Amino acid sequence: MGKLGTSLRPLKAYIQRYRGRIILGFLCVMATNAVAMAFPWVLGAAIDDLAQVLTHEKLIRYSLILIGISLVQAIFRFAMRWILIGVSRDIEFDLRNDLFSRLLQLSVRYYHHNRTGDLMSKATNDIAAVRMLVGPGIMYTANTVLATVLALTIMLKIDARLTLFALIPLPFVSVAMRYLGSKIHDRFEKIQAMFSDISARIQENLSGIRVVKSFNQEESEIETFKRMNQDYIEKNLGLIRLWGTFYPSLELLIGLAFVVVLWFGGMQVISGRITLGSFVKFNTYLGMLVWPMIAFGWVINLVERGAASMGRINVILEARPDIADGPMTRSDAPSIIEGEIEFRNLSFGYNGHPVLREINLKIHRGQRVAIVGHTGSGKSTLVHLIPRLYEAPPGTLLIDGRDIRQYPLAVLRSQIGFVPQETFLFSETVAENIAFGVSGADDQSIVRAAEVSHLLRDVEQFPKQFQALVGERGITLSGGQKQRSAISRAVIRNPRILILDDALSSVDTETEERILRQLDEVMQNRTSIIISHRVSTVKNSNKIIVLNEGRIVEEGTHDELVAHEGYYAELYQKQLLEEELEQI
Amino acid sequence: MAQFHEEEALGKAYDHRLMARLVRYVRPYWPMAATALLCILVFAMLQAVQPYLTKVAIDRYIARHDYAGLGRVGLLLIAVLGVSFALEFLQTFLTQWMGQRIMYDMRVEIFTHLQRLQLKFFDRNPVGRLMTRVTTDVDALNELFAAGLVTVFGDLLTLLAILLVILRLNWRLALVSFAVIPFIIITTAVFRRKARDSYRDVRAAVARISAFLQEHISGMSVIQLFNREEKSFRQFEAINERHRKANYDSIMAYAVFFPMVEILSATAIALILWYGGHEVLKSQLTLGTLVAFIQYSQRFFRPIQDLSEKYNILQSAMASSERIFKLLDTPVTITSPITPHPFQDVGGSIEFRNVWFTYSDAANPSAEEYVLKDVSFKVDPGKSVAIVGHTGAGKTTLISLLQRFYDVNRGSILLDGVDLRELDLGELRRHYGVVLQDVFIFSGTFESNIRLGTPWIDEQQVQNAAVDVNLYDFIRELPNGLKEEVRERGSTLSVGQKQLMAFARALAHDPRILILDEATSSVDTETELKIREALARLMKGRTSIVIAHRLSTIQNADQIIVMHKGQVREMGNHQELLARRGIYYRLYQLQYKEQETRVA
Ligand SMILES: Nc1ncnc2c1ncn2[C@@H]1O[C@H](COP(=O)(O)OP(=O)(O)OP(=O)(O)O)[C@@H](O)[C@H]1O
Ligand SMILES: Nc1ncnc2c1ncn2[C@@H]1O[C@H](COP(=O)(O)OP(=O)(O)OP(=O)(O)O)[C@@H](O)[C@H]1O
Ligand SMILES: [Mg+2]
Ligand SMILES: [Mg+2]
Repeated sequence: MGKLGTSLRPLKAYIQRYRGRIILGFLCVMATNAVAMAFPWVLGAAIDDLAQVLTHEKLIRYSLILIGISLVQAIFRFAMRWILIGVSRDIEFDLRNDLFSRLLQLSVRYYHHNRTGDLMSKATNDIAAVRMLVGPGIMYTANTVLATVLALTIMLKIDARLTLFALIPLPFVSVAMRYLGSKIHDRFEKIQAMFSDISARIQENLSGIRVVKSFNQEESEIETFKRMNQDYIEKNLGLIRLWGTFYPSLELLIGLAFVVVLWFGGMQVISGRITLGSFVKFNTYLGMLVWPMIAFGWVINLVERGAASMGRINVILEARPDIADGPMTRSDAPSIIEGEIEFRNLSFGYNGHPVLREINLKIHRGQRVAIVGHTGSGKSTLVHLIPRLYEAPPGTLLIDGRDIRQYPLAVLRSQIGFVPQETFLFSETVAENIAFGVSGADDQSIVRAAEVSHLLRDVEQFPKQFQALVGERGITLSGGQKQRSAISRAVIRNPRILILDDALSSVDTETEERILRQLDEVMQNRTSIIISHRVSTVKNSNKIIVLNEGRIVEEGTHDELVAHEGYYAELYQKQLLEEELEQI
Repeated sequence: MAQFHEEEALGKAYDHRLMARLVRYVRPYWPMAATALLCILVFAMLQAVQPYLTKVAIDRYIARHDYAGLGRVGLLLIAVLGVSFALEFLQTFLTQWMGQRIMYDMRVEIFTHLQRLQLKFFDRNPVGRLMTRVTTDVDALNELFAAGLVTVFGDLLTLLAILLVILRLNWRLALVSFAVIPFIIITTAVFRRKARDSYRDVRAAVARISAFLQEHISGMSVIQLFNREEKSFRQFEAINERHRKANYDSIMAYAVFFPMVEILSATAIALILWYGGHEVLKSQLTLGTLVAFIQYSQRFFRPIQDLSEKYNILQSAMASSERIFKLLDTPVTITSPITPHPFQDVGGSIEFRNVWFTYSDAANPSAEEYVLKDVSFKVDPGKSVAIVGHTGAGKTTLISLLQRFYDVNRGSILLDGVDLRELDLGELRRHYGVVLQDVFIFSGTFESNIRLGTPWIDEQQVQNAAVDVNLYDFIRELPNGLKEEVRERGSTLSVGQKQLMAFARALAHDPRILILDEATSSVDTETELKIREALARLMKGRTSIVIAHRLSTIQNADQIIVMHKGQVREMGNHQELLARRGIYYRLYQLQYKEQETRVA
């Protein structure tokens, strides 16, 4: 079971952490079982005595001893559960925390290749399966092994031959388990993966419900869903067929052991080799093996499922955050950024596919620089490099003359106010969304930030004002309201560098004009980069950059570029030309 | 975090009404269920037979040194085992099979219902939570059907069978052992209450974890950009801690309960030994009966422990089914009428007639709450109309109403003179091609995103649409062309490319009425102009409604409607509106005049 070993290795560290308690738990398991073994012993002795001579007092004593034994056993059994299952909950807690904290470190790139529904299902379903392994799984394994060993020892002492007879079915059991165990592992892995697919599908369908409805796709979505589910239950049924034979087989084998004992043991009682009391005792011990045997089957199932799930979780835990503080990070890097940005012959691409080519650009502190260019020309890519959402090659991107990697990541990002092209808001209140990136923002600064983005006017119309819940992804806001919330969220940080990635596209020109004026005020002496397709947005910038297929093809002020008669001048004409024609 | 309260309000652990409704799902499979029950019935009886056979062997044969008799009992036992094996296999398989089928039925039913529900519902319910309805909640029910329902019967039957047997064996001894039953009842009652309380907390915590993850994974880049990792982690840890705490409570309940049952079980045996021993001494009871009695009483407690484990399953099934049924009972308020107005060839005239609308559910919304106030306008067939206005003016709302995502509060919307509410919903939407303001891209391929699930769109049409929106040049460069993979939400594409894809999607569906809500807001002007040329060709004679903030996009529209704070304030063509010197004129000036003067 090599696969099992590799999947489970990372668990070792977690178990190590609770070593003390786990050992204590094991001791309780031992004590429980040891005491449990005494029970049939006393019972057998009592029956033996009954067959001969027994006084009333002795009978009472036997009864009291039985109750006493069960009391002691109960205490240990309680402790065993409390400790071992408790540890499993602690490990689950740790594991889930670790998983989430790893998710927090992984870069944007990771999320492009992993679906949300899938990650969610790992953090919930799969962790639950692992928890079952480390809790009940370990507890029952310990229990089973101990109970088996103890019961067998005692049975051997009572009658070795009879014990051997009773054990005839055992090798079959172990062979069956090994075989089934690996099958279960494989099938379960597939089932979990399928389930993830279904979750991801539901997640996408519900998130895109507007498109589904708009395009009348309900029926076809239902068909696809049915197909996936059909597939899923077929995979499940495969597992069930395995499982369905497994349990009854176990019971059958154990039952056979009983028959053997009854047969041979009975004969031995008849021939006087053992007493009836021993025979009853022997039967009781054999009976004590039944539950552990069944539990064993169950444990195998748990372990295989848990290992399959742990394997899936490992994929996340082992993913190395590709953008993080590293050897390049300098502890003496200043914690305040002035805001001078320089791209030095920067080329960049995704998966070897070039997107930006030989970018040379210097943005001075306090400047407002605008970027325009065709769809897909690399504008967003360029600005994503600044807060290190993606990693620029070493030495190509400098802030205040230092390579960007010298700044600790948290310092760098805390100086940047970024308004992404696609707005993402959290399902919290408007105020919480605006204050997202600052701790302990007071009402005044929130209002001020809302004023800058001109959101205040809208918020004042909401029945609950700043306490209005915005719904998932800001669903209950209009397009422009969402965008302006995102602008407020960036502005409230009072950033040294402000980046607006097409962040006024859903805003009317009048509001846009006012926002830009406000920004001028707020961003005095601070650097800002604005991406837009609208001339009206960029025209007042200190510098306008035109990107084309990842290259800077034009650079200058509005007037210079209009005079230059290149892309920008054409853009300007197009947004204007027809207008004038009609005017004339 | 108001949305979580629902999770915390759990109902009863066992609810007759819910159970009755759940059992209905078994109905299609009743032959399986009946067979499984029968299996269990026989199986339970056979279980009760085994100790009896042991007793017979001891009393009748071992005591009398009867080898042949012992052999016969052995054979009989083997037969019993064989039959038990077959029965158990059959029962397991049947119940599990049933569980899977029922799970399938429920999933499809819930999913189908979700597809029918109106948008108002989705505005209020986070996706993460709805997901758990279809996934984990159904799983909980599966467990009930597959492992619970039938085996509970089995356990009850076993209990009953054992009771009958021991009463027949020796009723006085039986009554003595029953002395512990009241204690069992008390223990179980206490356990149930504790288990239920902690269960409720666990469920609430699980729902929170799931909703939190869904949102924070989707918004991970924002978290990182705004240095929120630490804070988000603390939040998550707190929820996770609640989860752990709730589970510790439930461990306590179980850790106390099981040993308690064992003590009671031992007490019962001690009682039997004590009382039965006396009887044996008085020779009123055989030793074999006593042994059998002890074995029975041990078997008696197994199902009781089992039942308590099942209680957990039952409890979670009840909670899950309550939430599932609540979802299924959410009425679909926007549906096709029973006898829809027949669709003729759609001309494409659209009329808003004194439309009032609010997103609020209040019975008497205040004037403030209305997003649209007395909106009236008319679009002639084949004409193009543009809607402009400040952000939040209600433009997107207008087109949501047009698609009947929501129903109007007052007034009516007419398509070719017929109220939307009299038309078949599917037919109605089939005539629109819509580019929504919030572009949504599915994981799949370029082709699957443009075609969606519409069967009649062939590859050529997909390609044509991509060409028309000027996206094909980009697609052609990709290794797999139209078959190139697209990630969840199109995360590896530029925003403009996504918008173009959504545009192509609308064109490929060959609509009679084209609705564009900021459809080119993230697209450069050159591309936009090319699309406009294509549109002029494609949309000849078809109606189109265009919302745009960039006035160059809309100035050629036949009619321009200026919305302001939910009202139509100006209407007319570009020239007329300019002449009016109103809102439109102001917007126009901001966009053009200023730069003209500067250039000049
Ligand atoms: N689903 C919703 N639930 C509640 N309120 C909503 C919902 N959608 C929009 N609103 C509110 O209705 C008003 C009008 O929104 P709408 O989206 O129609 O504006 P819009 O004119 O499209 O604006 P924009 O130009 O910014 O897209 C806004 O104040 C918004 O907050
Ligand atoms: N994560 C990614 N993985 C692979 N390719 C990507 C990724 N993000 C963007 N691209 C590709 O890189 C190119 C540049 O994308 P970018 O988002 O920078 O364009 P843009 O100039 O911002 O365009 P728009 O005006 O549409 O926003 C596009 O062709 C896009 O498909
Ligand atoms: Mg972009
Ligand atoms: Mg809108």
